[in-house]
Amino acid sequence: MIRSRTRYWSYIPLVLLVIFYLIPIYIMVITGFKAGDEISVKTMWDLPKTMGVENYLKAFKQLAPNLLNSFKVVIPAAILSSILGSLNGYVLAKWKFKGADVIFTLILFGMFIPYQSVLIPLVQFMDSIGLYGSIPGLILVHIIYGIPITTLTFRNYYASIPNELVEAAKIDGADMLGIYRKILLPISIPSFVVVLIWQFTQAWNDFLFSVILTQPQNWTVTVALNNISGGQIIPWNLQMAASLLAALPTLLVYIFLGRYFLRGMMAGSLKG
Amino acid sequence: MQDRKEKRLAFLMVLPSIIAVGIFVYGFIGWTTRVSFSAWRGMNPDYTFVGFKNYINLFVNNLRFQIDIKNTLIFTVVFVLGCLILGLASALLLDQGLKGESFFRSLFIFPMAISYIVTGVVWRWLMNPAAGSRMSGLNLLFDKLGLDFLINSWTSTPTWGIAFLAIPAIWQLSGYTMAMYLAGLRAIPDELREAARVDGASEFNIFRYIILPLLRPVTLSAMVILGHMSLKTFDLVIATVGKQLVLDMPSVHMWQITFDGLQYGSGAAISILLLIFTAVLIIPYLFFSLRKEVK
Repeated sequence: MIRSRTRYWSYIPLVLLVIFYLIPIYIMVITGFKAGDEISVKTMWDLPKTMGVENYLKAFKQLAPNLLNSFKVVIPAAILSSILGSLNGYVLAKWKFKGADVIFTLILFGMFIPYQSVLIPLVQFMDSIGLYGSIPGLILVHIIYGIPITTLTFRNYYASIPNELVEAAKIDGADMLGIYRKILLPISIPSFVVVLIWQFTQAWNDFLFSVILTQPQNWTVTVALNNISGGQIIPWNLQMAASLLAALPTLLVYIFLGRYFLRGMMAGSLKG
Repeated sequence: MQDRKEKRLAFLMVLPSIIAVGIFVYGFIGWTTRVSFSAWRGMNPDYTFVGFKNYINLFVNNLRFQIDIKNTLIFTVVFVLGCLILGLASALLLDQGLKGESFFRSLFIFPMAISYIVTGVVWRWLMNPAAGSRMSGLNLLFDKLGLDFLINSWTSTPTWGIAFLAIPAIWQLSGYTMAMYLAGLRAIPDELREAARVDGASEFNIFRYIILPLLRPVTLSAMVILGHMSLKTFDLVIATVGKQLVLDMPSVHMWQITFDGLQYGSGAAISILLLIFTAVLIIPYLFFSLRKEVK
């Protein structure tokens, strides 16, 4: 009896939490819809009088090249680092060579380092191989620093597949690549979705690498947004519309594929 | 025989990744370490060895680095505690099998899918310290709701301003902490609670003496993960408060003196210190997690 009553009361703190998590989004969306004469500090919490989309159109026009750059970086980076992670995970779970566990630990550490500790050489190195400032350079960086987490996720998944399955396939005459292609790859499609989504989100939201490694014409959307926001020159309603546009791709991925996003997130805390 | 050939092929498959991570993580860390011991200042690399000079300069008479340390400490404590408390509270609320649980859960986690660069601007506006007729943001909302006692000057608060910067960070990562706690709670068998109830234990005592101790590993993991994130905080500072000396953090300091000030030696020293602190947190955690897995 008591328990059901406490359960009923639980909705009060839960609704308060919902308000806390939604406040920034509320402000972002309503301000984005407001017309120029409507934006005043006094009425910032009020709903817009009209639902004009001009701000969103204007923001889109301004951010379109950067949104495109982001897609150009993020899609190949997510796909390639997932493929590498899957190959690594397969070998490190099912074909352990001598020292495989040490190598795995060393790779894993790469996911926790503060990237500041590699930035100076990174800039020098990218410059020396002629990729500094370019989109391919940024793709390469995202692929390489994505390897630890993608390897971790796939290794944990493949480790959960019974060894008997691999042994049985070996007896049937399948070789290493055959077992991967015919047995493990097909059943790891959900893991691919998890890793792709996670890498897509991480790379999309990246700021540090983009701001250091790209030239203005190759700026990704986060760098461009940081440049137009916060200042006094661009009106608030336009800034908020631009922010929402920059968040939209990852937000949509979260809304439609949230289940997979959560699994990627938990892999990051080493809990598989 | 066949097996050995296959194993060699397997090794060749991971070799590109090993080389890439070897260069981009370990090689570059080594390179940065070398820069941190060098006199490099200005456009052109200068690897003249100066010993610990760059490190000593940071700790002696460097006001900015002292601010960094103070800010990182305050920020970390507020951020980690905030995430743990809010995360545990919401996990406990959601663990009762309420209607709409998955809706609440998804909603609490969604901030993690958005970049600080996006939300930082909104938070900057929400945490506007202006008073009187220019009052805006959350202060204005508090004023309208009659919650005047909550009105404050946010990140402009003297000494403790950095603590308020933890609010957007808590907003973004408390849902993640909740997910970790929820997974921990789900792993506790119901029989344990039932048995305690049969023995006449109160709900609070069950929580205090059974649930909380069993959640200790989760708390520890969350502290390590959140703690190392807070050391690395960068985007949040840039987007929410910009480059203000009183609200400086090591990552921002490193970025500015290296890429704007061209003091490569000092910048490298800061980043190596950041790496050492991160490693102190992460390496024991890594070994512990992986050893547990083997068992």
